[in-house]
Amino acid sequence: MNKQVDIKKLSPKDFETDQEVRWCPGCGDYAILKGVQMTLANTGATPENTVFVSGIGCSSRFPYYISTYGFHTIHGRAPGFATGIKLANPDLDVWLVTGDGDGLSIGGNHMLHVLRRNVDIQIMLFNNEIYGLTKGQYSPTSRPGLITPSTPMGSVDAPLSPCVFALGAGARFVARGIDTSLKELPVTLARAKDHKGASFVEIFQNCLVYNDNVFGEFTAKKTAKDTQIHVKHGEKMIFGKDVIKGLRFNTEKFGLEVVIIGENGITEDDILVHDETNRHMAFMLCELESPDYPVVCGVIYCNPAESYDKAVQDQVAQAKRDKKADFNALLRRGRTWTVE
Amino acid sequence: MSVQSTQHVNDDVTKLESVVIRFAGDSGDGMQLTGSQFSVATALEGSDLSTFPDFPAEIRAPVGTTFGVSAFQINFGSVEVSTAGDEPDVLVVMNPAALKVNLNNIRKGGMIILDEGAFNAKNLKKAGYETSPLEDESLAQYNVIRLNITKMTVETVKKFGLGNKDSLRCKNMWTLGLVLWMFGRKRQPIIDSLAQKFAKKPDVANANIAALNAGHAFGETAEMSSNLHRYQINKYEEEAGIYRTVNGNQTLCWGILAGSQLADLELLLGSYPITPASPLLHMLSDLKEFGVITFQAEDEIAAICSAIGASFAGKLGMTTSSGPGIALKTEAIGLAISTELPLIVVDIQRAGPSTGLPTKTEQSDLFQAVWGRNGDAPIVVISVSTSTDGFDVGIEAVRLATKYMTPVMILSDGYIANASEPWKIPDINDYEAFPVKFHQDPEGFHPSKRDPETLARVWAKPGTPELMHRIGGIEKDYDSGHISYDADNHQKMTNVRRAKIDNIAHDIPLQEVSQGTEGGKLAVIGWGSTYGSIHQAVKKARKDGLDVSHIHIRHIWPLPRNLEALLNSYDKVIVAEMNVGQLNTLLRSQYLLDSVLLSKVSGQPFKIVEIHKAIVENIGDLK
Repeated sequence: MNKQVDIKKLSPKDFETDQEVRWCPGCGDYAILKGVQMTLANTGATPENTVFVSGIGCSSRFPYYISTYGFHTIHGRAPGFATGIKLANPDLDVWLVTGDGDGLSIGGNHMLHVLRRNVDIQIMLFNNEIYGLTKGQYSPTSRPGLITPSTPMGSVDAPLSPCVFALGAGARFVARGIDTSLKELPVTLARAKDHKGASFVEIFQNCLVYNDNVFGEFTAKKTAKDTQIHVKHGEKMIFGKDVIKGLRFNTEKFGLEVVIIGENGITEDDILVHDETNRHMAFMLCELESPDYPVVCGVIYCNPAESYDKAVQDQVAQAKRDKKADFNALLRRGRTWTVE
Repeated sequence: MSVQSTQHVNDDVTKLESVVIRFAGDSGDGMQLTGSQFSVATALEGSDLSTFPDFPAEIRAPVGTTFGVSAFQINFGSVEVSTAGDEPDVLVVMNPAALKVNLNNIRKGGMIILDEGAFNAKNLKKAGYETSPLEDESLAQYNVIRLNITKMTVETVKKFGLGNKDSLRCKNMWTLGLVLWMFGRKRQPIIDSLAQKFAKKPDVANANIAALNAGHAFGETAEMSSNLHRYQINKYEEEAGIYRTVNGNQTLCWGILAGSQLADLELLLGSYPITPASPLLHMLSDLKEFGVITFQAEDEIAAICSAIGASFAGKLGMTTSSGPGIALKTEAIGLAISTELPLIVVDIQRAGPSTGLPTKTEQSDLFQAVWGRNGDAPIVVISVSTSTDGFDVGIEAVRLATKYMTPVMILSDGYIANASEPWKIPDINDYEAFPVKFHQDPEGFHPSKRDPETLARVWAKPGTPELMHRIGGIEKDYDSGHISYDADNHQKMTNVRRAKIDNIAHDIPLQEVSQGTEGGKLAVIGWGSTYGSIHQAVKKARKDGLDVSHIHIRHIWPLPRNLEALLNSYDKVIVAEMNVGQLNTLLRSQYLLDSVLLSKVSGQPFKIVEIHKAIVENIGDLK
């Protein structure tokens, strides 16, 4: 008979380290750290089998504050390290922490490839639309016109949308969260952890020193119900304080529009049901921007396929079955001759 | 053909000690295949040999042009052969461009076998000949054998119904058949190999075999007036054992795999295709039964990062590249140094800077290997000196990387990567294992805990209970492994990183004299693929009574602990290398050594005569 052991359920506190957290007081990263610690506790994660990998930047200090294994690597390259770790030991649960600069500027190429390969890791991209650690230069997600030390007359760079980028790269799981929304974020992160393959989660994170309140338009608690929509698979995309706003597909404009149930003959039947397996819908949802549209949060796209690491392991297993690993025989393969 | 050893065995067979043959033709003429097949047939006859494939970077350059010429040189004999030979005795050319490019290198009085069927107006023009060299006196000092190989091949293979293009592609086999006859090599291994290669196209296989046989038969039946003769080269007296031919990339690949087996670790290669290192990626990708994982990354940087990630996770991480790729990996190597993880970095050097000459050889990455990083960032650097040396170098690299928790860079180059030699196949069981013991004990654990003797930090892999820890590129506290910005601590950590690598000098063999004596008038110092040329030049000089020795350095960093005293035991030291003086500068800086540089950067290996000349000149100065 199998022995029964008591497994002590870990709490979020058990995932804290003894290291002093060195983010600026009030930084959104604190809330995300808490959200991740909650997620790990809620999902029964084992610290020894969990690895946090990061690049460089404010967000990339994250691994020092989580009591699992951690690797703080070099700027933009965390996806390469994470891929190597996952290939070396597929039993590890690998999390990648990055930012808009680390993940989409210097590391944009690696982000593209880790997503298209579908390596089974969770990627959290903290988007604050600014370079924090280098003191406030604009980032690839900064809005045009932003005045920073390197753009004294305003940025003329066109920004990109992280989730649209991820979908375009072939990501099979794309989600969004907000740093301080600690009710929703752990739920979304738990889904990401559960997903086999690369999960991409963009987290809107406020940098109160260099880009304070950049997301205030849709994150302000007072108006959040009208400026955000938290989508759930199979449910109608209805939002708003009065629960009468909804997203409808406009066939003429070939896009989504906000409608009000009860006005102009609109009924609940006109409102789209969220289908997280529909990539076209995911693109449209990711492209909705404040203030004309609600910002979409939650699991926007989830359509699993075999992960890269699984496919690699399968080939190795097959080779081990089909061929004998005899090193001396390997050296003697092909033409040899004997000198007496 | 070493003339002094030439003797007539009978009327039509001449006995030779060694011979150098160069096959040259268009990139599409199959010269590399011809040369490598001839090498196999030669090896099976028991000759010592050394090869030099010399090909352009373009995959298929425009037909008939001089820049599209591809060549394969082989030196073989009944005596010790350690280079592909200074000057071909026999030049086989498939078109005018190949003649034009290679004529300067051939020995005066040597033999040229040419396909006169390819010497038409169009090809002559493409090669830049105003008048045909067959019509003027330009080949007067050579023994020229003109054969219409094109015509004879096309007639031979007519019955197989191949198209014109496929028929012409059999020319190389006709030529090979003739050369096999000349030097008494067997056809059967090549016939077997053709049958296997074209198993799915029996007509092509049969046509090639027929061409091979026809070339051979031509030699047998040709009239004496055609100047064709047979030559006999006796077996080279080798140690007893099982042999095969190998190139430098093969032995290096197998050596690193052997090292990982001896370390009881599985290998993960992160790599990105680059000439001339790609064969390592190809070979290891086909060795999955040994648990080898290969990851063709999106770029050089992701390639090394995946390897470092794998080492963090408890496998042996490895990355392979050439100079430009190593430059891209530099920052990541620094992280592996800072986090003290084992890592094998292979640099198959090519001529630089920048893209340089991708298919030509050079030894100009020594500075990059030893010093090419930001910060004080020491690593171990080991070099490969012959096509067979890679096996032991690979094992040594893994031993040091795992014992000292450090990246090890292996320097090989494009010449030995592609050059073949016979190799007495070792038995893995004869090598001492050095199994890695991962740290398991939580008592007093922190990630910077060191072995007091080796100064290596502990290797605790993710998945181990109670050893959760964080590492990274920020400076770490000596006593806890936590990040630290403390000034004294940075001094201490810099010192310990340096001491750890310096200390390895006590764990590597003392520098030996490869040929000659400890102390004396002159020593030629080399490293890497110049071994063969220096060896032969010193051998010749010593035979002539000159007091010269050869020292060949494998361990570039740290240097062997007796090297300074050894170098000081000679009146004069020449450093011969294929760069403008990198090892020379390193030795001068380390030992205040007044050495003389012999440099060559033409993309071609040293000739024996070039080193010999330097020996004679420098010995002369000492009188």
